[in-house]
Amino acid sequence: MKHLIDIKDLSVEEINSLIEVAKDIMNHKEKYSHKCDGKILATLFFEPSTRTRLSHESAMLSLGGQVLGFSEASSSSASKGETVADTVRMVGCYSDIIAMRHPKEGAPYVASLKSTVPIINAGDGGHNHPTQTLTDLLTIHCEKGRLENLTIGLCGDLKFGRTVHSLITAMSRYKNIKFVLISPDELKLPDYVKKDVLEKNNMEYVETKDIEEYLGDLDILYMTRVQKERFFNEEDYIRLKDYYILNKEKLKKAKNDLCIMHPLPRVNEISTDVDDDPRACYFKQANYGKYIRMALILKLLEVK
Amino acid sequence: MNIDSIKNGYVIDHIKAGKGMQIYELLNLNELDCQVAIITNAKSKKTGKKDIIKIDRDIPIDLEKLGFIDHNITVNIVKNDKIIEKRKLNLPEKIVNVVKCNNPRCITSIDNTLDQIFILTDKEKEVYRCRYCEMSLKK
Repeated sequence: MKHLIDIKDLSVEEINSLIEVAKDIMNHKEKYSHKCDGKILATLFFEPSTRTRLSHESAMLSLGGQVLGFSEASSSSASKGETVADTVRMVGCYSDIIAMRHPKEGAPYVASLKSTVPIINAGDGGHNHPTQTLTDLLTIHCEKGRLENLTIGLCGDLKFGRTVHSLITAMSRYKNIKFVLISPDELKLPDYVKKDVLEKNNMEYVETKDIEEYLGDLDILYMTRVQKERFFNEEDYIRLKDYYILNKEKLKKAKNDLCIMHPLPRVNEISTDVDDDPRACYFKQANYGKYIRMALILKLLEVK
Repeated sequence: MNIDSIKNGYVIDHIKAGKGMQIYELLNLNELDCQVAIITNAKSKKTGKKDIIKIDRDIPIDLEKLGFIDHNITVNIVKNDKIIEKRKLNLPEKIVNVVKCNNPRCITSIDNTLDQIFILTDKEKEVYRCRYCEMSLKK
């Protein structure tokens, strides 16, 4: 039985295969609409995340399966002090696969040690969010036609942004990827990611505070939100939250085939006047998220 | 200063100066009723000064714990007043319930049924990471 706890749990071949299946689902939805008849997905969300929960639920419903679960810890037995290990053992009796979101880092890994059904990590604190990374990879593949030979700008909160760390880790396995790391000093990419991933894999990267400096070189611009919940000090959050605002004016310097991505939800970092620009891919990205999760559910349930 | 030689037991040598008490506590040596000597700031040709612990009893010693704290330590095993073996230590690949993860966001911060597990992820830089949250450990 396989789980997805960390994007590194999947080989490049497995990721490529998931992307191919997701694309096939997009093109032949009817063919997949009963693949999971009689199967149940449990969504155990110990902290609210409407978007991630709904995309998992929509994925399972589109495969013909059913869903059950809870959307916050207060409506689960965790509020009575039950451990994650006990919760998943119980939920495994009522479902075939579990998608778990938990504010504590490592909780889905703990679940995977005891679960009798596959576990999908749907985000654990500031640690991992592998289905977002799969979504990002599918988006890049669909929009650019490749996962190699790309210059990728990562902008905003590169310190706490787990989607950024996971994306860098995932892309480090593909050829000729260059990163432009755009952030204020306080939110720079942590040294351990630079050393353990970028430098270890001899990947080219530059750091800048100026979003416009390398904008013309980028194939992908991945914007991120400065997340209030990752700050212990509200003053720091208020000072940094609007550091970058991408708007139509700034995009004049960008390539015509730039792909603008954002894991959503956005706050102010992408102006709404960018939404109609053909280079804005963030809503398409959310749509791709459903299809890659459908492919993932099929893989983990070993449905052919 | 005279400290009696030991008959059967251990001389834990080449402890980094200042770490002797930490090892004394970690190995729960305070629970023994035999002679235990901690020598701090002893002269060392290699490092200038060092700590030494002498234990006058043949007790089981957790070499993994010791290796984690300082793998340059030498454990001399003494039998009938003679050193019969000098054991060099290695950095253990995994340590269990030796130190706690201090990441407030780690699952171990709320679930005390879990073992505290750290994995050696970079031997050269001696980096250990929590098995659950992957936060590196500051030794």
